Amino acid sequence: MTPGCVPGLNAKTRLQVDRYSGDHVLLYPEGLLKLNPGAVAILELCDGKRSLEEICRRLAARFGVALDVMSFDVEECLEKLRQKGLIELRAPTARP
Amino acid sequence: MTAPRPYGLLAELTYRCPLHCPYCSNPLSLESGAAELSTSEWMKVLHEASELGVLHALFSGGEPLQRPDLADLVECARRLGLYSNLITSAVGFSRSRAEELKRAGLDSVQISFQADDHELGDHLAGAPVHKSKLEAAQLARSVGFPLTLNVVLHRHNMDRVEAVISMAEALGAERLELAHTQYYGWAFKNLESLLPDREQIQVAALRVGEAAHRLRGSMEIVYVTPDYFGTRPKPCMNGWGRRYLTVNPRGEVLPCPTAGEIKGMRFDSVLKNSLGWIWNESEAFNRFRGTDWMPEPCRSCDQRELDFGGCRCQAALLSGDPSHTDPACEFSPYRQSLLDLSKGGSTTVRPDFVYRRPGASAL
Repeated sequence: MTPGCVPGLNAKTRLQVDRYSGDHVLLYPEGLLKLNPGAVAILELCDGKRSLEEICRRLAARFGVALDVMSFDVEECLEKLRQKGLIELRAPTARP
Repeated sequence: MTAPRPYGLLAELTYRCPLHCPYCSNPLSLESGAAELSTSEWMKVLHEASELGVLHALFSGGEPLQRPDLADLVECARRLGLYSNLITSAVGFSRSRAEELKRAGLDSVQISFQADDHELGDHLAGAPVHKSKLEAAQLARSVGFPLTLNVVLHRHNMDRVEAVISMAEALGAERLELAHTQYYGWAFKNLESLLPDREQIQVAALRVGEAAHRLRGSMEIVYVTPDYFGTRPKPCMNGWGRRYLTVNPRGEVLPCPTAGEIKGMRFDSVLKNSLGWIWNESEAFNRFRGTDWMPEPCRSCDQRELDFGGCRCQAALLSGDPSHTDPACEFSPYRQSLLDLSKGGSTTVRPDFVYRRPGASAL
Protein backbone atom coordinates (compact mmCIF):
# COMPACT_ATOMS: atom_id res chain seq x y z
CA MET A 1 0.00 0.00 0.00
CA THR A 2 1.77 3.13 -1.16
CA PRO A 3 1.03 6.59 0.35
CA GLY A 4 -0.03 7.84 -3.08
CA CYS A 5 -2.64 5.17 -3.78
CA VAL A 6 -6.28 6.16 -3.81
CA PRO A 7 -8.62 3.89 -1.81
CA GLY A 8 -12.29 3.74 -2.67
CA LEU A 9 -15.29 1.46 -2.30
CA ASN A 10 -15.73 -1.23 -4.94
CA ALA A 11 -18.59 -0.94 -7.40
CA LYS A 12 -20.49 -3.64 -5.51
CA THR A 13 -20.05 -2.08 -2.06
CA ARG A 14 -22.37 0.45 -0.49
CA LEU A 15 -21.76 2.35 2.77
CA GLN A 16 -24.93 3.22 4.59
CA VAL A 17 -26.50 3.80 7.96
CA ASP A 18 -28.61 0.86 9.08
CA ARG A 19 -31.88 2.53 10.10
CA TYR A 20 -32.71 -0.38 12.37
CA SER A 21 -29.60 -0.24 14.57
CA GLY A 22 -28.07 3.14 13.74
CA ASP A 23 -24.80 1.38 12.87
CA HIS A 24 -22.83 2.10 9.73
CA VAL A 25 -22.67 -0.97 7.52
CA LEU A 26 -21.09 -2.00 4.25
CA LEU A 27 -23.54 -3.82 2.02
CA TYR A 28 -22.45 -6.12 -0.81
CA PRO A 29 -24.00 -9.09 -2.62
CA GLU A 30 -25.57 -11.34 0.02
CA GLY A 31 -23.53 -9.92 2.84
CA LEU A 32 -22.95 -7.04 5.19
CA LEU A 33 -20.23 -5.83 7.48
CA LYS A 34 -20.92 -3.79 10.59
CA LEU A 35 -18.32 -1.05 10.90
CA ASN A 36 -16.72 0.29 14.04
CA PRO A 37 -16.46 4.10 14.42
CA GLY A 38 -12.79 4.06 13.36
CA ALA A 39 -13.56 2.30 10.10
CA VAL A 40 -16.44 4.71 9.44
CA ALA A 41 -14.14 7.71 9.92
CA ILE A 42 -11.68 6.20 7.43
CA LEU A 43 -14.24 5.17 4.82
CA GLU A 44 -16.01 8.51 4.87
CA LEU A 45 -12.78 10.00 3.57
CA CYS A 46 -12.30 7.33 0.89
CA ASP A 47 -14.06 9.20 -1.88
CA GLY A 48 -11.98 7.76 -4.72
CA LYS A 49 -10.06 11.05 -5.02
CA ARG A 50 -8.04 11.44 -1.83
CA SER A 51 -4.76 9.59 -1.52
CA LEU A 52 -4.00 7.28 1.37
CA GLU A 53 -1.49 9.84 2.65
CA GLU A 54 -4.04 12.63 2.60
CA ILE A 55 -6.59 10.49 4.42
CA CYS A 56 -4.07 9.61 7.13
CA ARG A 57 -3.04 13.25 7.58
CA ARG A 58 -6.62 14.39 7.99
CA LEU A 59 -7.41 11.67 10.52
CA ALA A 60 -4.17 12.28 12.45
CA ALA A 61 -5.07 15.95 12.75
CA ARG A 62 -8.70 15.23 13.63
CA PHE A 63 -7.90 12.75 16.39
CA GLY A 64 -4.63 14.36 17.56
CA VAL A 65 -2.57 11.23 16.86
CA ALA A 66 0.95 10.98 15.40
CA LEU A 67 0.87 10.42 11.63
CA ASP A 68 2.84 7.17 11.69
CA VAL A 69 0.53 5.69 14.35
CA MET A 70 -2.55 6.73 12.38
CA SER A 71 -1.10 5.43 9.11
CA PHE A 72 -0.51 2.03 10.68
CA ASP A 73 -4.14 1.78 11.84
CA VAL A 74 -5.59 3.05 8.57
CA GLU A 75 -3.54 0.66 6.46
CA GLU A 76 -4.47 -2.26 8.68
CA CYS A 77 -8.17 -1.44 8.35
CA LEU A 78 -8.03 -0.89 4.58
CA GLU A 79 -6.03 -4.07 4.04
CA LYS A 80 -8.71 -6.10 5.82
CA LEU A 81 -11.41 -4.53 3.63
CA ARG A 82 -9.31 -5.07 0.51
CA GLN A 83 -8.88 -8.75 1.32
CA LYS A 84 -12.65 -9.03 1.61
CA GLY A 85 -12.92 -7.46 -1.85
CA LEU A 86 -14.90 -4.48 -0.55
CA ILE A 87 -12.50 -1.68 -1.48
CA GLU A 88 -9.95 -1.17 -4.18
CA LEU A 89 -6.72 0.79 -4.25
CA ARG A 90 -6.36 2.77 -7.43
CA ALA A 91 -2.99 3.86 -8.69
CA PRO A 92 -2.30 7.56 -8.14
CA THR A 93 -3.24 9.65 -11.16
CA ALA A 94 -0.51 11.93 -12.43
CA ARG A 95 -1.16 15.50 -11.40
CA PRO A 96 -0.59 18.23 -13.93
CA MET B 1 -39.77 -16.19 22.17
CA THR B 2 -38.67 -12.81 20.81
CA ALA B 3 -38.17 -12.97 17.08
CA PRO B 4 -34.72 -12.03 15.83
CA ARG B 5 -34.27 -9.43 13.12
CA PRO B 6 -34.45 -10.59 9.49
CA TYR B 7 -31.70 -9.44 7.14
CA GLY B 8 -32.76 -10.79 3.77
CA LEU B 9 -35.99 -10.88 1.77
CA LEU B 10 -36.27 -13.30 -1.13
CA ALA B 11 -39.00 -11.83 -3.32
CA GLU B 12 -40.22 -14.51 -5.71
CA LEU B 13 -41.99 -12.18 -8.09
CA THR B 14 -43.38 -14.87 -10.40
CA TYR B 15 -43.26 -18.58 -11.08
CA ARG B 16 -43.24 -17.91 -14.82
CA CYS B 17 -39.92 -19.02 -16.30
CA PRO B 18 -38.70 -19.84 -19.80
CA LEU B 19 -36.34 -22.49 -18.37
CA HIS B 20 -37.28 -25.98 -17.23
CA CYS B 21 -34.38 -26.98 -14.96
CA PRO B 22 -35.06 -30.37 -13.36
CA TYR B 23 -33.79 -29.19 -9.95
CA CYS B 24 -35.87 -26.00 -9.70
CA SER B 25 -36.67 -24.86 -6.16
CA ASN B 26 -40.18 -23.72 -7.13
CA PRO B 27 -43.12 -25.87 -5.97
CA LEU B 28 -44.02 -29.06 -7.80
CA SER B 29 -47.61 -27.87 -7.99
CA LEU B 30 -46.95 -25.05 -10.46
CA GLU B 31 -50.05 -23.64 -12.08
CA SER B 32 -49.80 -21.77 -15.33
CA GLY B 33 -51.48 -18.36 -15.23
CA ALA B 34 -51.57 -18.30 -11.42
CA ALA B 35 -52.33 -15.01 -9.65
CA GLU B 36 -49.37 -12.83 -8.64
CA LEU B 37 -49.06 -9.91 -6.23
CA SER B 38 -49.53 -6.53 -7.91
CA THR B 39 -46.89 -3.79 -8.07
CA SER B 40 -48.38 -1.91 -5.11
CA GLU B 41 -48.66 -5.12 -3.07
CA TRP B 42 -44.97 -5.86 -3.67
CA MET B 43 -44.07 -2.29 -2.71
CA LYS B 44 -45.94 -2.76 0.56
CA VAL B 45 -43.93 -5.93 1.15
CA LEU B 46 -40.67 -4.03 0.56
CA HIS B 47 -41.72 -1.25 2.96
CA GLU B 48 -42.68 -3.67 5.68
CA ALA B 49 -39.51 -5.72 5.16
CA SER B 50 -37.40 -2.59 5.53
CA GLU B 51 -39.23 -1.70 8.77
CA LEU B 52 -38.46 -5.17 10.12
CA GLY B 53 -34.75 -4.55 9.54
CA VAL B 54 -34.22 -6.28 6.18
CA LEU B 55 -31.20 -4.90 4.28
CA HIS B 56 -31.07 -7.22 1.28
CA ALA B 57 -33.80 -7.62 -1.32
CA LEU B 58 -33.26 -10.55 -3.66
CA PHE B 59 -35.55 -10.36 -6.67
CA SER B 60 -36.08 -13.88 -7.88
CA GLY B 61 -38.72 -16.18 -9.33
CA GLY B 62 -39.28 -18.01 -11.66
CA GLU B 63 -37.76 -15.43 -13.90
CA PRO B 64 -38.19 -11.95 -12.36
CA LEU B 65 -37.58 -10.26 -15.75
CA GLN B 66 -40.99 -11.61 -16.77
CA ARG B 67 -42.45 -8.85 -14.57
CA PRO B 68 -42.64 -5.56 -16.53
CA ASP B 69 -42.69 -3.64 -13.20
CA LEU B 70 -39.31 -5.00 -12.03
CA ALA B 71 -37.54 -1.63 -12.36
CA ASP B 72 -40.29 0.06 -10.30
CA LEU B 73 -39.78 -2.48 -7.53
CA VAL B 74 -36.00 -2.05 -7.69
CA GLU B 75 -36.42 1.72 -7.44
CA CYS B 76 -38.68 1.27 -4.41
CA ALA B 77 -36.09 -0.99 -2.77
CA ARG B 78 -33.36 1.56 -3.48
CA ARG B 79 -35.37 4.37 -1.89
CA LEU B 80 -35.78 2.21 1.22
CA GLY B 81 -32.02 1.65 1.44
CA LEU B 82 -32.27 -2.04 0.55
CA TYR B 83 -29.36 -3.61 -1.34
CA SER B 84 -30.99 -5.18 -4.36
CA ASN B 85 -29.84 -8.26 -6.21
CA LEU B 86 -31.45 -9.63 -9.35
CA ILE B 87 -31.40 -13.44 -9.46
CA THR B 88 -32.04 -14.25 -13.08
CA SER B 89 -31.77 -16.86 -15.79
CA ALA B 90 -30.79 -13.85 -17.96
CA VAL B 91 -33.55 -14.58 -20.47
CA GLY B 92 -34.97 -11.14 -21.23
CA PHE B 93 -31.92 -9.24 -19.96
CA SER B 94 -31.65 -6.95 -22.99
CA ARG B 95 -29.49 -3.83 -23.12
CA SER B 96 -32.49 -1.54 -22.67
CA ARG B 97 -33.71 -3.60 -19.71
CA ALA B 98 -30.24 -3.68 -18.15
CA GLU B 99 -29.90 0.10 -18.46
CA GLU B 100 -33.39 0.65 -17.06
CA LEU B 101 -32.51 -1.47 -14.02
CA LYS B 102 -29.20 0.35 -13.58
CA ARG B 103 -31.01 3.68 -13.58
CA ALA B 104 -33.52 2.32 -11.06
CA GLY B 105 -30.62 1.58 -8.70
CA LEU B 106 -30.18 -2.18 -8.97
CA ASP B 107 -27.01 -3.06 -7.04
CA SER B 108 -26.02 -6.49 -8.31
CA VAL B 109 -26.85 -9.18 -10.85
CA GLN B 110 -26.68 -12.93 -10.36
CA ILE B 111 -27.04 -15.13 -13.43
CA SER B 112 -27.68 -18.85 -13.30
CA PHE B 113 -25.71 -21.13 -15.58
CA GLN B 114 -26.40 -24.82 -16.02
CA ALA B 115 -22.94 -25.68 -17.38
CA ASP B 116 -19.96 -24.16 -19.18
CA ASP B 117 -20.87 -25.89 -22.42
CA HIS B 118 -23.80 -24.73 -24.54
CA GLU B 119 -25.02 -28.17 -25.58
CA LEU B 120 -25.08 -29.46 -22.01
CA GLY B 121 -26.38 -26.14 -20.67
CA ASP B 122 -29.30 -26.11 -23.09
CA HIS B 123 -30.05 -29.77 -22.36
CA LEU B 124 -30.20 -29.14 -18.61
CA ALA B 125 -32.27 -25.96 -18.93
CA GLY B 126 -34.62 -27.65 -21.37
CA ALA B 127 -34.33 -24.57 -23.59
CA PRO B 128 -31.75 -23.02 -25.94
CA VAL B 129 -30.49 -20.36 -23.54
CA HIS B 130 -26.76 -20.86 -22.92
CA LYS B 131 -25.56 -18.48 -25.62
CA SER B 132 -27.86 -15.67 -24.49
CA LYS B 133 -26.65 -16.17 -20.91
CA LEU B 134 -23.07 -15.55 -22.01
CA GLU B 135 -24.15 -12.38 -23.80
CA ALA B 136 -26.19 -11.24 -20.80
CA ALA B 137 -23.25 -11.75 -18.44
CA GLN B 138 -21.06 -9.57 -20.67
CA LEU B 139 -23.83 -7.00 -20.89
CA ALA B 140 -24.20 -6.92 -17.09
CA ARG B 141 -20.49 -6.18 -16.74
CA SER B 142 -20.51 -3.53 -19.48
CA VAL B 143 -23.45 -1.71 -17.86
CA GLY B 144 -21.45 -1.73 -14.61
CA PHE B 145 -23.15 -4.36 -12.47
CA PRO B 146 -21.13 -6.54 -10.13
CA LEU B 147 -21.75 -10.07 -11.39
CA THR B 148 -22.34 -13.34 -9.57
CA LEU B 149 -22.75 -16.62 -11.44
CA ASN B 150 -24.52 -19.50 -9.81
CA VAL B 151 -24.32 -23.09 -10.95
CA VAL B 152 -26.19 -25.98 -9.39
CA LEU B 153 -23.93 -29.04 -9.33
CA HIS B 154 -25.01 -32.63 -10.02
CA ARG B 155 -23.89 -35.77 -11.85
CA HIS B 156 -24.02 -34.19 -15.30
CA ASN B 157 -21.87 -31.09 -14.78
CA MET B 158 -19.74 -31.80 -11.73
CA ASP B 159 -16.82 -33.25 -13.69
CA ARG B 160 -16.61 -29.96 -15.59
CA VAL B 161 -16.26 -27.76 -12.53
CA GLU B 162 -12.85 -26.44 -13.61
CA ALA B 163 -14.27 -25.32 -16.94
CA VAL B 164 -17.19 -23.71 -15.11
CA ILE B 165 -14.75 -21.75 -12.95
CA SER B 166 -12.77 -20.69 -16.04
CA MET B 167 -15.99 -19.49 -17.66
CA ALA B 168 -16.83 -17.37 -14.60
CA GLU B 169 -13.34 -15.88 -14.63
CA ALA B 170 -13.54 -15.11 -18.35
CA LEU B 171 -16.91 -13.39 -17.87
CA GLY B 172 -15.49 -11.16 -15.13
CA ALA B 173 -17.66 -12.53 -12.32
CA GLU B 174 -16.72 -11.30 -8.86
CA ARG B 175 -18.49 -14.17 -7.23
CA LEU B 176 -19.29 -17.75 -8.18
CA GLU B 177 -21.77 -19.89 -6.29
CA LEU B 178 -21.24 -23.60 -6.80
CA ALA B 179 -24.10 -25.27 -5.01
CA HIS B 180 -24.69 -28.98 -4.86
CA THR B 181 -28.27 -29.88 -5.66
CA GLN B 182 -30.61 -29.84 -2.68
CA TYR B 183 -32.85 -32.83 -3.11
CA TYR B 184 -36.39 -31.69 -2.48
CA GLY B 185 -39.24 -30.76 -4.81
CA TRP B 186 -38.24 -31.07 -8.47
CA ALA B 187 -34.72 -32.21 -7.63
CA PHE B 188 -36.06 -35.03 -5.44
CA LYS B 189 -38.26 -36.10 -8.34
CA ASN B 190 -35.08 -36.25 -10.45
CA LEU B 191 -32.79 -37.71 -7.79
CA GLU B 192 -31.98 -40.81 -9.81
CA SER B 193 -30.86 -38.65 -12.72
CA LEU B 194 -28.98 -36.01 -10.73
CA LEU B 195 -27.28 -37.70 -7.77
CA PRO B 196 -23.52 -37.94 -8.40
CA ASP B 197 -21.06 -40.65 -7.40
CA ARG B 198 -19.06 -40.15 -4.22
CA GLU B 199 -15.84 -40.02 -6.29
CA GLN B 200 -17.23 -37.23 -8.44
CA ILE B 201 -17.91 -35.16 -5.34
CA GLN B 202 -14.47 -35.77 -3.86
CA VAL B 203 -12.72 -34.70 -7.07
CA ALA B 204 -14.97 -31.67 -7.53
CA ALA B 205 -14.46 -30.52 -3.92
CA LEU B 206 -10.70 -30.75 -4.36
CA ARG B 207 -10.76 -28.75 -7.60
CA VAL B 208 -13.04 -26.09 -6.16
CA GLY B 209 -10.76 -25.78 -3.13
CA GLU B 210 -7.68 -25.30 -5.31
CA ALA B 211 -9.42 -22.69 -7.45
CA ALA B 212 -10.78 -20.81 -4.44
CA HIS B 213 -7.25 -20.55 -3.09
CA ARG B 214 -5.80 -19.48 -6.45
CA LEU B 215 -8.49 -16.84 -7.04
CA ARG B 216 -8.54 -15.35 -3.56
CA GLY B 217 -8.91 -11.59 -3.82
CA SER B 218 -10.16 -11.65 -7.44
CA MET B 219 -13.17 -13.97 -7.48
CA GLU B 220 -14.96 -15.34 -4.45
CA ILE B 221 -16.14 -18.93 -4.74
CA VAL B 222 -19.05 -19.90 -2.50
CA TYR B 223 -19.24 -23.69 -2.26
CA VAL B 224 -22.42 -25.28 -0.93
CA THR B 225 -21.58 -28.81 0.16
CA PRO B 226 -23.73 -31.82 -0.69
CA ASP B 227 -26.21 -33.06 1.91
CA TYR B 228 -26.14 -36.72 0.96
CA PHE B 229 -22.43 -37.35 1.41
CA GLY B 230 -21.60 -35.65 4.70
CA THR B 231 -22.08 -36.49 8.35
CA ARG B 232 -23.65 -33.29 9.67
CA PRO B 233 -26.54 -31.23 8.30
CA LYS B 234 -26.21 -27.77 6.82
CA PRO B 235 -27.34 -24.78 8.91
CA CYS B 236 -30.35 -24.40 6.63
CA MET B 237 -31.28 -20.71 6.11
CA ASN B 238 -29.10 -20.03 9.18
CA GLY B 239 -32.06 -21.16 11.22
CA TRP B 240 -35.82 -21.15 10.66
CA GLY B 241 -37.24 -17.63 10.92
CA ARG B 242 -33.89 -16.28 12.03
CA ARG B 243 -32.29 -14.34 9.16
CA TYR B 244 -34.39 -14.72 6.00
CA LEU B 245 -37.91 -14.68 4.73
CA THR B 246 -39.35 -15.58 1.36
CA VAL B 247 -42.49 -14.09 -0.16
CA ASN B 248 -43.84 -16.21 -2.99
CA PRO B 249 -45.69 -14.89 -6.07
CA ARG B 250 -49.07 -15.39 -4.35
CA GLY B 251 -47.98 -13.43 -1.27
CA GLU B 252 -47.46 -16.32 1.12
CA VAL B 253 -44.55 -15.76 3.48
CA LEU B 254 -42.20 -18.69 4.02
CA PRO B 255 -39.08 -19.21 6.14
CA CYS B 256 -37.41 -20.73 3.06
CA PRO B 257 -38.27 -21.02 -0.64
CA THR B 258 -39.16 -24.71 -0.45
CA ALA B 259 -41.07 -24.81 2.89
CA GLY B 260 -44.35 -24.87 0.97
CA GLU B 261 -43.61 -28.53 0.21
CA ILE B 262 -43.93 -29.46 3.90
CA LYS B 263 -47.28 -31.20 4.23
CA GLY B 264 -49.62 -29.91 6.90
CA MET B 265 -48.03 -26.47 7.28
CA ARG B 266 -50.01 -23.33 6.56
CA PHE B 267 -48.27 -20.11 5.61
CA ASP B 268 -49.87 -16.71 6.10
CA SER B 269 -50.22 -14.21 3.29
CA VAL B 270 -49.30 -10.53 3.04
CA LEU B 271 -52.76 -10.06 1.53
CA LYS B 272 -54.26 -10.76 4.97
CA ASN B 273 -51.56 -9.92 7.52
CA SER B 274 -48.63 -7.55 7.84
CA LEU B 275 -45.17 -8.92 7.20
CA GLY B 276 -44.25 -7.87 10.75
CA TRP B 277 -47.03 -9.94 12.29
CA ILE B 278 -46.17 -12.94 10.12
CA TRP B 279 -42.48 -12.75 11.00
CA ASN B 280 -42.98 -12.13 14.71
CA GLU B 281 -46.22 -13.82 15.63
CA SER B 282 -47.35 -16.39 13.07
CA GLU B 283 -47.45 -20.05 13.98
CA ALA B 284 -45.44 -21.07 10.92
CA PHE B 285 -42.49 -18.79 11.68
CA ASN B 286 -42.42 -19.71 15.37
CA ARG B 287 -42.81 -23.43 14.90
CA PHE B 288 -39.09 -24.19 14.39
CA ARG B 289 -37.59 -20.96 15.67
CA GLY B 290 -34.81 -21.20 18.23
CA THR B 291 -34.05 -24.53 19.91
CA ASP B 292 -37.10 -25.26 22.13
CA TRP B 293 -38.85 -27.28 19.42
CA MET B 294 -35.95 -29.65 18.99
CA PRO B 295 -36.20 -33.37 19.66
CA GLU B 296 -33.24 -35.53 20.62
CA PRO B 297 -30.54 -35.92 19.42
CA CYS B 298 -30.61 -32.17 18.56
CA ARG B 299 -31.87 -30.98 21.95
CA SER B 300 -28.74 -31.99 23.86
CA CYS B 301 -26.30 -31.59 20.95
CA ASP B 302 -23.57 -28.98 21.23
CA GLN B 303 -24.02 -28.17 17.52
CA ARG B 304 -27.67 -27.12 17.90
CA GLU B 305 -26.91 -23.39 17.69
CA LEU B 306 -24.60 -23.98 14.72
CA ASP B 307 -26.67 -26.18 12.41
CA PHE B 308 -30.14 -25.53 13.91
CA GLY B 309 -31.06 -29.18 13.40
CA GLY B 310 -30.53 -28.93 9.65
CA CYS B 311 -33.27 -28.61 7.08
CA ARG B 312 -36.99 -28.90 7.97
CA CYS B 313 -37.96 -29.65 4.37
CA GLN B 314 -35.52 -32.53 4.20
CA ALA B 315 -36.65 -33.89 7.58
CA ALA B 316 -40.27 -33.81 6.41
CA LEU B 317 -39.48 -35.38 3.07
CA LEU B 318 -37.30 -38.24 4.32
CA SER B 319 -38.62 -38.95 7.83
CA GLY B 320 -42.24 -37.91 7.32
CA ASP B 321 -42.13 -35.25 10.06
CA PRO B 322 -40.58 -31.76 9.79
CA SER B 323 -39.82 -31.70 13.52
CA HIS B 324 -37.34 -34.57 13.31
CA THR B 325 -33.57 -34.13 13.13
CA ASP B 326 -32.46 -33.74 9.51
CA PRO B 327 -31.50 -37.24 8.25
CA ALA B 328 -28.37 -35.61 6.78
CA CYS B 329 -27.05 -35.81 10.36
CA GLU B 330 -25.21 -39.00 11.26
CA PHE B 331 -27.04 -39.06 14.62
CA SER B 332 -30.52 -38.85 13.11
CA PRO B 333 -32.68 -41.91 13.88
CA TYR B 334 -33.88 -41.59 10.27
CA ARG B 335 -30.39 -41.55 8.79
CA GLN B 336 -31.06 -44.81 6.95
CA SER B 337 -33.74 -43.15 4.79
CA LEU B 338 -31.07 -40.91 3.32
CA LEU B 339 -28.47 -43.67 3.00
CA ASP B 340 -30.98 -45.85 1.16
CA LEU B 341 -31.51 -43.10 -1.38
CA SER B 342 -27.85 -42.26 -1.86
CA LYS B 343 -26.54 -45.86 -1.68
CA GLY B 344 -23.14 -44.33 -1.30
CA GLY B 345 -23.71 -42.59 -4.60
CA SER B 346 -23.83 -45.66 -6.80
CA THR B 347 -27.49 -45.66 -7.66
CA THR B 348 -28.86 -46.66 -11.04
CA VAL B 349 -28.75 -43.58 -13.19
CA ARG B 350 -31.91 -42.62 -14.99
CA PRO B 351 -30.91 -40.96 -18.24
CA ASP B 352 -33.81 -38.54 -18.62
CA PHE B 353 -35.37 -35.78 -16.50
CA VAL B 354 -38.79 -34.69 -15.42
CA TYR B 355 -38.40 -31.08 -16.53
CA ARG B 356 -39.97 -28.29 -14.51
CA ARG B 357 -43.22 -27.45 -16.27
CA PRO B 358 -46.69 -26.68 -14.95
CA GLY B 359 -48.46 -30.03 -14.62
CA ALA B 360 -45.30 -32.09 -15.14
CA SER B 361 -44.96 -33.13 -11.50
CA ALA B 362 -47.71 -35.71 -11.97
CA LEU B 363 -45.51 -37.55 -14.48
